[in-house]
Amino acid sequence: MIGRWLRERIVLILGLVVLVYTFVPIAIVVAMSFNIPPSRNVYAFDRFTLDNWAHPCIGAEGMCESLGVSIQIGLLATLGATVLGTLAAFALVRHDFVGRSSTNLLIFLPMASPEIVMGSSLLALFVSAGFAGQLGFWTILVAHIMFCLSFVVVTVRARLAGMDDTLEQAAMDLYATPTETFWRVTFPLVFPGILGAALLSFSLSFDDFIVTNLNAGQTTTFPMYVWGVEGKGVPMAVNVVGTLMFLVSIVIVVGGELNNRRRARALA
Amino acid sequence: MSQVADTVEATAETGEEFDGLRLRGVTKDFATFTAVDDLDLDVPRGSFFALLGPSGCGKTTTLRMVAGLETPTSGTITLAGQDITHDRPYRRPVNTVFQSYALFPHLDVFENVAFGLRRRRQRDVKGPVNEMLELVELTSQARKKPAQLSGGQQQRVALARALINKPEVLLLDEPLGALDLKLRRAMQLELKRIQTEVGLTFVHVTHDQEEAMTMADTVAVMNKGVIEQLGAPDQLYENPESTFVANFLGQSNLIEGRVRSRAADVVTVDMHGIDVSVPAARAHADGELGWVGIRPEKVLIGDEGEALDAPGNTIPGGVVTDVSFYGVSTQYLVRMPWGQELQVFEQNTGRRRLFRHGDRVELSWRPEYAFLLDHHQDASAGAQQGAEE
Repeated sequence: MIGRWLRERIVLILGLVVLVYTFVPIAIVVAMSFNIPPSRNVYAFDRFTLDNWAHPCIGAEGMCESLGVSIQIGLLATLGATVLGTLAAFALVRHDFVGRSSTNLLIFLPMASPEIVMGSSLLALFVSAGFAGQLGFWTILVAHIMFCLSFVVVTVRARLAGMDDTLEQAAMDLYATPTETFWRVTFPLVFPGILGAALLSFSLSFDDFIVTNLNAGQTTTFPMYVWGVEGKGVPMAVNVVGTLMFLVSIVIVVGGELNNRRRARALA
Repeated sequence: MSQVADTVEATAETGEEFDGLRLRGVTKDFATFTAVDDLDLDVPRGSFFALLGPSGCGKTTTLRMVAGLETPTSGTITLAGQDITHDRPYRRPVNTVFQSYALFPHLDVFENVAFGLRRRRQRDVKGPVNEMLELVELTSQARKKPAQLSGGQQQRVALARALINKPEVLLLDEPLGALDLKLRRAMQLELKRIQTEVGLTFVHVTHDQEEAMTMADTVAVMNKGVIEQLGAPDQLYENPESTFVANFLGQSNLIEGRVRSRAADVVTVDMHGIDVSVPAARAHADGELGWVGIRPEKVLIGDEGEALDAPGNTIPGGVVTDVSFYGVSTQYLVRMPWGQELQVFEQNTGRRRLFRHGDRVELSWRPEYAFLLDHHQDASAGAQQGAEE
């Protein structure tokens, strides 16, 4: 009896176990954001508080500064990588030039190479180019744009390649100049790809530790801050930031999904 | 009907006064082949013109050159006397209905139709768009996205989007190709009605000979980058000038023959020992040998020795080898003494009996229906393509 009951539900049970496995760390982060630890070095739940949420910057020295740096770098890296990557994707899909296929291949390399290799070679590059004393915000930004670029190119290229180019011919046929054709037809149709690429870039940049750490000089980003305070005891406010990041991603994902469903219903 | 073709020739000579679409010596070379070869074409203003041919004959390339989506390798294209050969597509008073419709998926039906007006900064957009939607009976669908419409509705949006700009020439690139047969027939009538109503010049590209013949005033049959023959549909069908036209447009029996004499109005041909006559105006072969052509529905079938209403050409000694009964008509295959099988279509009027497999029969036809084609041409040219599509 129990054997059969189990057989019929084994997939469901395993699925639930995997879900729990995935979400336990996140649940702990959320729980810890409402916690007053018994002592600074003990990472355990003791008493409930809202103080961490009310004043996240107090008691976590340098955290909010590092968060600011991370957000700034994230936004700028996203902007840079999205613009450059979109242009590169258009060039790769729409124009035939000498070296196109090798460029297509090379664009994959940063995604495939280990971060530690990329980070150390970037460091070597900066140092040999004479920027050894100036490592910091700008070198991090350059590094982030570099590794986000490949992801943007790949995402936007996929979207562009799937687009019917008779749409652009139709626009031209209907009196749209090349500029109007781009903004009225091409861009709106490629935009979802560009948006996806931008979101991906931001999270890659915000999250990065290895490449950043090697090229940061005296600058501290949020992941570097967390890594740095780990030995001295992590302030509970870090969990507030973690929870917020999680909430933002959830809102974006759920929002996107709802939007898709609404569209699918409209089409049905 | 043949008047249209006459006007074409007449205006072609007068030159500058021609206010339609004119192609002169237009050639398009691609890397490995010549799609369009030294093409001359006149499309009179206000006509419904069809470019008919099998896939790969250069008809779509011709259309794209008129639209400005391809640049001719050489030659000129003029519209109402103005050279537009190298004008950018958005500068030409020409609009296209694409085979795939190419509707903008992110815009609703209204905005798709309004696209051309908005690009030309026209003040009043709403009025004309609503009028156009009414013409194509899509008023209730105005706020839907193209993906929510059926194939036939999408086709009408594509048509409305092009028509609203009142182009000098409307180009239709196999616009009915994606529709099922019933809808296609309905849309053919619809297109013809709209063309009559708006009075614009339509250039319609198709591989469907029936579609071309039912819709167009003038049909140009294209093959391998050149125009084989141009004229009114009935003229092309009744008096084809090449084996390709004879086979691609409907079906033809082509029988080898040797010219015996040429009089002013009649050519006599020895067809495997039987003399048949062909009107001189329907003889398009100069050489000694030729193909005698006759449409299957013009051939009469009867018992041996039976008097048929077709004085002149009677060919005895046939044996029925295949009978296909279609209800309204019957199609026979008859093996002739020289081994060739000829096709015969007979209407089932009830006045004549059905023949059976193995019956010995005589065929005959009125001389005025026969035509004579150049023996150098391949007797099966265009036959496969016509049958497939």
